[in-house]
Amino acid sequence: MECEQLLKILNEYVDGDLDPGVCEQFEKHMADCNPCQIVVDNIRRTIQIYKNDEPFELPPEFTQRLHQTLREQWKAKQGGEADS
Amino acid sequence: MRRMQPGDAVKIQGDTDPDRSWIEKAKDGDFEAFEHLVSKYERRLYTLTLRILRQPEDAEEAVQETFLSILNHLGSFRGEAKFSSWLVRIATNHALKILRKRRGFKAVPLEDAGSGGEDRYGDIAPPQYIAAWKEHPGRLAQEQQLEQILAEALEQLDEKYRFVFLLRDVEGLSTEETAEVLGIGLSNVKVRLLRARLMLRERLTRIFGDEATQLFSPHFDGPH
Repeated sequence: MECEQLLKILNEYVDGDLDPGVCEQFEKHMADCNPCQIVVDNIRRTIQIYKNDEPFELPPEFTQRLHQTLREQWKAKQGGEADS
Repeated sequence: MRRMQPGDAVKIQGDTDPDRSWIEKAKDGDFEAFEHLVSKYERRLYTLTLRILRQPEDAEEAVQETFLSILNHLGSFRGEAKFSSWLVRIATNHALKILRKRRGFKAVPLEDAGSGGEDRYGDIAPPQYIAAWKEHPGRLAQEQQLEQILAEALEQLDEKYRFVFLLRDVEGLSTEETAEVLGIGLSNVKVRLLRARLMLRERLTRIFGDEATQLFSPHFDGPH
C-alpha cells in the first residue's frame, strides 16, 4: 500500500470502519512510514480538539428570552390541549 | 434465549439514551423536565448554528425555532435515534433555512448554489506540512487564543466542508444522518469529511506542529 492509497481510506481507518484485512495492510504500511503515522495522529488530534472544545456562552438576555418564550408557548399549548 | 424482534431495536436505543427519562416526563406535561433538556443543549445548539450561520442574531433565531419545534413535536419523538441527534438535525435544518432565506434561494437547495457536482477522492490535496504536534495545544496557548485559533481554522473552510465536519466529527451524526440533513449523497459526505479533516489538520499543524519534527520528503506525491 502506498501513501496516496492510504489517503483515500484515511477516514475509515480513523473511524474504525475498515475491514480487518485492509486495516492490517494500513497498519503494516504505517509501521514503516513515519509521515503517514504523523498525519494519522494529527487528524485524530484535530478531531479531538474540536470535539472537546467548550461550547459558546449564550448572550444572557437571549437565554432569558428563550426560556420565557418557551414557558409561554408551553402554557399556551397545555391550555389549548386542555380546552380541546 | 428469546430471538430479537424488530421493535427491540427501538427499545435498546431508548434504554441507552441518557435523556430518556427527561423526555418521558416532558411528554407527560412536566415543563421543568423540558426546561432541563433546553438548559442541557442550548449552548451546544447555539455553537453549532453560530458556526453555520456566523451571525449571532441568526443563530439565536435558529436555536429558538429548534426548541419551539421540539416543544410542539415532542410527542412524535419515538426514540429510534438519540434525542441529541434529533435536536442537532432539527437545529441544522433551521439554520440552513435561515441561510437560504438570507441568500434569497427560496426553492433551490444550498447544494445547487454554485457548489454542485460530485466530490472525488482524486482531487484531494495531499498533506503538505507534516510535523508532530508539540504536546497538547491547550497547554501552549491561552484558552482565548486556542478558541480563536480553532474558530479561524474552521472559518476558513468552505461551508460545504465545514458543515460536514461539524455534523460528523463535532456533533457525532452518522454519515447517513449527515447526508439526509444536508441533502447530499453518502459519497459526498465521505469525501468532504476527508477534505475537511485534511485542511484543518494542515492549518492546525502549521500552528501546533513541532518544526524539529517536520518532514520535507514528498511522501504523498508518489510512490516511495
